[in-house]
This record gives sequence, C-alpha cells and structure tokens, in this order.
Amino acid sequence: MHADPKGVLTGDHFIDGDHAACEGALAAGCRFVAGYPITPSTEVVERFASRIPLVGGLFIQMEDEIASSIAILGAAWAGKKVMTVTSGPGLSLMMEHIGLAAITETPCVFVDVQRGGPSTGLPTLPAQADMMQIKWGSHGDYEIIALSPNSPQECFDLMITAFNLAETYRVPVFFMMDEVVGHMTERVVIPAASEIDVIDRKWTRKQPGEYKAYQTDDSLVPEMIKAGDGYHVHITGLTHDERGYPAMNPVAQEKMMKRLLNKIRLNKDKLVDVREDGVDGADIVVISFGITSRVAGAAIEVARQKGVKVGHLRMVITWPFPADRIRQLASRVKAFIVPEINMGQMVLEVERAVLGHASVISIPHAGGTVHEPEVILEKIMEAAR
Amino acid sequence: MAKTEIRVGGLGGQGVILCGIIIGKAASIYDKKHATLIQAFGPEARGSACSAQVTVADKPIGYPYVKNPDILVVMSPDAYTQFIPQLKPNGMLLYESELITADQKLPAGVKALGIPATRFAEELGRRLVLNIVMAGFFTGVTDLLSFSSVEKAVLDSVPRGTEDLNMRALRKGYEYGCQLVGKGN
Repeated sequence: MHADPKGVLTGDHFIDGDHAACEGALAAGCRFVAGYPITPSTEVVERFASRIPLVGGLFIQMEDEIASSIAILGAAWAGKKVMTVTSGPGLSLMMEHIGLAAITETPCVFVDVQRGGPSTGLPTLPAQADMMQIKWGSHGDYEIIALSPNSPQECFDLMITAFNLAETYRVPVFFMMDEVVGHMTERVVIPAASEIDVIDRKWTRKQPGEYKAYQTDDSLVPEMIKAGDGYHVHITGLTHDERGYPAMNPVAQEKMMKRLLNKIRLNKDKLVDVREDGVDGADIVVISFGITSRVAGAAIEVARQKGVKVGHLRMVITWPFPADRIRQLASRVKAFIVPEINMGQMVLEVERAVLGHASVISIPHAGGTVHEPEVILEKIMEAAR
Repeated sequence: MAKTEIRVGGLGGQGVILCGIIIGKAASIYDKKHATLIQAFGPEARGSACSAQVTVADKPIGYPYVKNPDILVVMSPDAYTQFIPQLKPNGMLLYESELITADQKLPAGVKALGIPATRFAEELGRRLVLNIVMAGFFTGVTDLLSFSSVEKAVLDSVPRGTEDLNMRALRKGYEYGCQLVGKGN
C-alpha cells in the first residue's frame, strides 16, 4: 500500500539527518513515539513532537529511556507503528525491553544516533560503537535487523524500509545513525505519498476464539491483533506456547527460540543489502557502513587513481551480516579492509566469514570524528604491496 | 569548479549557520549541485565562537568535513584569527571589514575582500541581517551560485514578515560585491 499523504512532506528539502529520519518515520506511518531527549538524537523527537499534532498521532516525552522503550511496545499492541529515539547511554537503559520486544514479537524501530562512549563519553561527537550492543545487548538469544544510513537522504529512505521490515518480521529494527549523519545537512527529496510503499501490519482475519497469538504458517511470522478489538490474548516475556500462554519447559523453549531466530536467519538472503562498487576483479575490498562508507569512498577513489584494484562493499543492512557474500569473495580477494568508528567490532564478523582465506585488516577509530581518508588510503596501499 | 569548500565563521547570534544553510540550499536545491553542510556542534552558546562548513560540488560528496577551505567567510575577529591559517593558497577571504582588521599574514595568493556588513545591516534597519548581507556579498564576489537561487534560498529560510528586509539586505551585499570585483549586475 502507499503512504498516508498526511505524513508525507513531499518536496526538496535542505535538512539534516535527524530531521530527515523523523520525516521518514512519519512517511512510513509511525504515529507514536515515546522518547527521552539525548544528544545527538534530540532533533528527531523535537521535529516529531512539533509535526505529529498536524499529522494525527502522539509523542510522549517519558521520564527516562526505560519508560520510553516499554511505552512504544504498549502502543504497538494498541495498533500503532512505533519508534523510540536515543543515543548510547539511553540505548544501554533500553536493553531489557529490546529482549521483551524480541520475545513478544512486537514490531518497533529503535533509532540510535551513535556518539562516543562508553558511558557519557562524547555527547556531541560521532562513533559507530554500538554495533555489537544492538546485536547482543539484551540477554538470551534473539535476532534483530539493523540499517546503517550514510546521508540525510538515506535517513529518510531507509527509515521507511526500517518500518516495513519491523512489520514484516515483527522484530526490533535498529536504525543506526551517528552524530555526523544526524547533524549533516544535505538535500533530501521526499517523493509523493503515492510513490512510497509502506507495509501494513499483518493483521489476523481470524475471529476471537479461533485466533492464537503465536500460531504461524511457513513465514514463521504470526498474525497480529489490536488490543481492544475483542481478542483475549496473553502477551508475556515468559517463554510461551502458540496461544501466548506461559510454557516454561525445554520443549516449548526450543520451539519458540527456533522460530524467533529462523524468521530472520532463513530470510537472510532477502534481508542482506550490500552496495558493491568495483568488487568484481578487485584484489582488495574495503568493507564499510554508515558515515565511514563515504570516507572510505574518498580513499578508494585516490587508490584507484594510483592503479590499485580496490573494490568497495558497503553494508546498508548491517544485521543480519552479509557473511555469505564475504565468504564468497574471500576465495579470490587478497585482503579485506574494515574501517569503523569503534575499536574493532564488525571486523570480527568479517574475520568469521573469511575463515582465514584472505587477510583482514582492521582500521579502528576511537571516535569523536571520522577517519582521515589518508589513513584508509595508506592501509589500501600497504595491502596492495 | 568541481568542488568548492567553504568555511563560515563568526559568533553565535550573528546568523553564521543560517548563512551556511543559504549557501548550501541555493547550491543543492535551486542550482541542482551537491552540497553538504556541517555545523559546529557542541555546548556553544550565543556570543561564543560558531562556524559552518559547506562543500559544494558537481558530484556526490564523500568526506563531509572542510579542512582547508577555498573560501573563508568571517564575521568576527576570533573566527578570522582561528581559521585564516586553514585557508588554501590562492583562496578567497571574505570578511566583515569594520569588525575585523585584516592584518594577519595570509596564505600565498589569497584574495581578501571586505564589506562593512554590520553597518549596512544597521542602515537597512536591523543589525540582525548582517548574515544575509554577507550571503549577498558571497554571491556577488564568487561565481559559485546564481543570484536567483540565493534569493529563493533566503526567502524560504527567513521568518515570515521579514522577507522584504532580507531581500534588501541580500541585494545590498550582492551589489557591493559585484562592484568590488568589477562585475556588472
């Protein structure tokens, strides 16, 4: 279906990534946000708070991030498309409810405008250091989806994808911005509502009485109801059976866990989104995501002028990780170079995929700014020697 | 010019960021080029140092920061002193000539052009529009943006009810700039 025109600010805008992310959410149909403002993500909720009365929906500034992350889950079960917006310190507080969203299969979007950490760290300066936290931060096994935009335009475009994926798979979806992408201002083209595809919730057609909250077909994704429509459901963070009732035994646990993981793992080929540039025939491949992909692009351009066969593989979707594609390339590529604004996180996944078939060179950065393109260039030239 | 890097510096409250936004918006929305704006982001407040970095290019922009600008626009002595060493040789310095004494050693070949923007703004009725005078001056002395694009960018960036004042400020700066570089307008 198409986007609701009420939420779509069609036109050419010169706005930053935070504002564009908010517009993306509105265009995607998000009508409930609960948040606790935190730099460098504040502008997202500021804009949402001022826009939502005109569009029709609700913003609540909660007492903290713990409350924000549970309020959105409640609103999702009341039928809304929902999001919360934060940065590292807030994300740390939300971990419990990320697990709750995963086990209750509540469609929701968590926006993380990353800043330097740990703890209060660098409130006004960028990092990409929450990449493992979103994958593993809540206890237990679960799967999530994460997207890494690299421009204000993508903050708009990919936000719509984020909401669509949340509805399709009923998992928490993470929108992994960083301070630079959030505060960088560029042209953002917002198309007409009729050109924006949005995916509606997978509502049940079953009657109350025959509906079971976690009964599924081959898609492994159950149908949903809206609280208040007369369905008697039990939604719990305890291990549950297909009726949603607590079933605390190893058999129910295995059945539920397999499905929670497989709905993402068995669909990873559909989910993986890498943008490749000059990868075929390359001796060296730079693997990047988010703002670092733009900096890496600048370095790669210079390396090519110097005659190095270097390709670029940019992960637009960072989780699930594109392990199969990287493993495929590992058999013929000499080296992978992984710049990221953290001390070495996604490079661990690259190493796991490569299995020693090529060398993997990490270019860590402690945060506070982006890499110098020269640093990436130097590593490319070293690897080419 | 394939890629032009610009730094706009001054004091919080002078409209430094808006001046950068107008340049970026005119370039990317109305002149259909690519533009990236990064604004100094920190615990800055009114009256303290403030700056914007704008890159304008024909192709999509990768690295977003401006390290060595081709054009430096400064509205305060502190910004002038801080950023002048970064200006590229053969670059262009545009400065507020009654607030700044341009006595520093300039990088080789730099073309320095001053404008009494604050006085002009005051004569027009409000000191606040000095940033728009500067944007007009920028448009007049560089060949980066078309005047009509900057006009549109100003119109959709300023508060309603101030359009007339801002248009006069823009034209004042533009005409002064054109005259200074001997350009007909």
